Amino acid sequence: MSHRRGLAGTAQRKQGKVAHLFLLPWLLGLVLITLVPLAASLYLSFTDYNLLSSPNFIGLGNFSEMFSDVRFWHAVVVTIKYVLISVPLQLAFALLLAMVLDKGFHGTSFYRSAFYLPSLLGSSVALAIIWRQIFGSDGIVNSILSVIGIGGTNWLQNPATALDTLVVLNVWTFGSPMIIFLAGLRQIPREMHESAEVDGAGPVRKFRSITIPLLSPLIFFNLVLQTINAFQAFTQASVVSRGTGGPVDSTLFYTLYLYQQAFLNYQMGYASAMAWVLLVVVGLITAGHFFASKYWVFYSDGS
Amino acid sequence: MSTALGRGRRVRRFRGVVRHLVLLAFLLVMLYPVLWMIVSSFRPNHLVLTETGLIPSELTLENYRQGWNALNKPFSTFFINSFIVTIGSIIGNLTSCSMAAYALARLNFTGKRLYLAITLVSVMLPIHVLVIPQYVMFAKVGMLNTFYPLLLPKFLATDAFFTFLMVQFIRTIPRELDEAASIDGAGPFRIFWSVILPLMRSALATTTIFTFIWTWNDFFLPLIYLTSTPQYTVSVALNSLVNDQTQQGTGMLLAMSLLSVLPVLTVFAVAQRHLVRGIATTGLK
Repeated sequence: MSHRRGLAGTAQRKQGKVAHLFLLPWLLGLVLITLVPLAASLYLSFTDYNLLSSPNFIGLGNFSEMFSDVRFWHAVVVTIKYVLISVPLQLAFALLLAMVLDKGFHGTSFYRSAFYLPSLLGSSVALAIIWRQIFGSDGIVNSILSVIGIGGTNWLQNPATALDTLVVLNVWTFGSPMIIFLAGLRQIPREMHESAEVDGAGPVRKFRSITIPLLSPLIFFNLVLQTINAFQAFTQASVVSRGTGGPVDSTLFYTLYLYQQAFLNYQMGYASAMAWVLLVVVGLITAGHFFASKYWVFYSDGS
Repeated sequence: MSTALGRGRRVRRFRGVVRHLVLLAFLLVMLYPVLWMIVSSFRPNHLVLTETGLIPSELTLENYRQGWNALNKPFSTFFINSFIVTIGSIIGNLTSCSMAAYALARLNFTGKRLYLAITLVSVMLPIHVLVIPQYVMFAKVGMLNTFYPLLLPKFLATDAFFTFLMVQFIRTIPRELDEAASIDGAGPFRIFWSVILPLMRSALATTTIFTFIWTWNDFFLPLIYLTSTPQYTVSVALNSLVNDQTQQGTGMLLAMSLLSVLPVLTVFAVAQRHLVRGIATTGLK
């Protein structure tokens, strides 16, 4: 008995060794690329590190500086506006189109692929360049508006509208959440709709009482994912504003300001502190979503 | 009775036509920016800003000639750089993530649950809390302005998303297959290579496609690490074209933008079925 357990023990230990051979790259990555930098950036956030001289501990100096930094607060407001407007709109479009395509008529797979295309291009520099052109003063948007007699503006040079163009760009990439919704809608049994119809439910009632509850885990998933993504948006604002976040900081995304502080001004202590604030805020919002999900996300297996 | 049926069919067909028209119109509006880029890249520069339609009055390749050599290196350099980084990242992710995933999904060892939890948490870790010390570290070892800071992390399984995806996939492969191979005398390495890897082709394909697209489009990391023109990837090169753009430069900017998205469009065209399935399944699980 004890002999057998001993054998199993060696087999277990041997498998543990083998497992760590397989995990060797992963462990190296965990330590060198993730854990050490994570700890280092937490440390740097309490210093005045500027890449040239060695870091001096300044306590909460960076965080109190943030409080009085006008550009920091501007970046916070711009980013929150961007997240709050673009994510719900993007998901609304995704859900609407998914419901239309779920009807299963001829050509749905064509539409699905075509509507997905912008999601692939949305994060590219090329697309930001196109956006610069179409929202410019001589761009397509203005020429279409002038046809219907509305005077346009230079959407990107106008502080009141520059952020809107980036919101439109994010909404434009509704294809990938749409595909996730579509996969979820396919799982809803047809009989549910049929029996609801027999009971006299109209389309609005069916949407509220069948589609939304049964799709809620995926709405939740997309909401969390897209919120996290939107908080970290960088490329589009950076390219569209030529790295400035202008005009008058109206497109100064949080990550763009962080980039400027870290890699243009070499304020690496300050930028590390900003990164930790971002991490904590995104973490809290995600946790908040998970907490709120208890009240509106419905899992059909009862868990 | 028969007329009522006939009318029902006609109403349904009419509805179908309307639905297609509405969807196509919406699609046209959505894809108009991309279509306009394609057409305008062939327009002579003085017409790019004045013609907003999709039918060009004149065609030229001048934008391509001009744009290709607009920076002090030809765009071929940037394409080669982007391909090196992209293909290197794919190889890195495929090898390191599949090895880690096999151990996490199949082998028994202490700390497995903790490792899995770490993988899951690091999916959500924003790059911004890591990038500054990483930059300092790569600067200390003299790797700035090389591809190593972009490639090394991929060979160390740091794209936790793919590790997680592969773990989930391996769990769907019946364990009896491992056990049968084990009875035939195969060890873990043999089982990984001859049983698991061939059966997880679809997860490997998903990883390849998404690594390709994400790496090709990536701008933040190449912008930080690649500081001189000969090392630029396509996205950084395009950005520097934007920064020294003048009114005359719009045509060539569009031409190079179009070329820059062609690899991604090609992947999309070849792999779209797989891609769509990949999103749907990773979304669900």
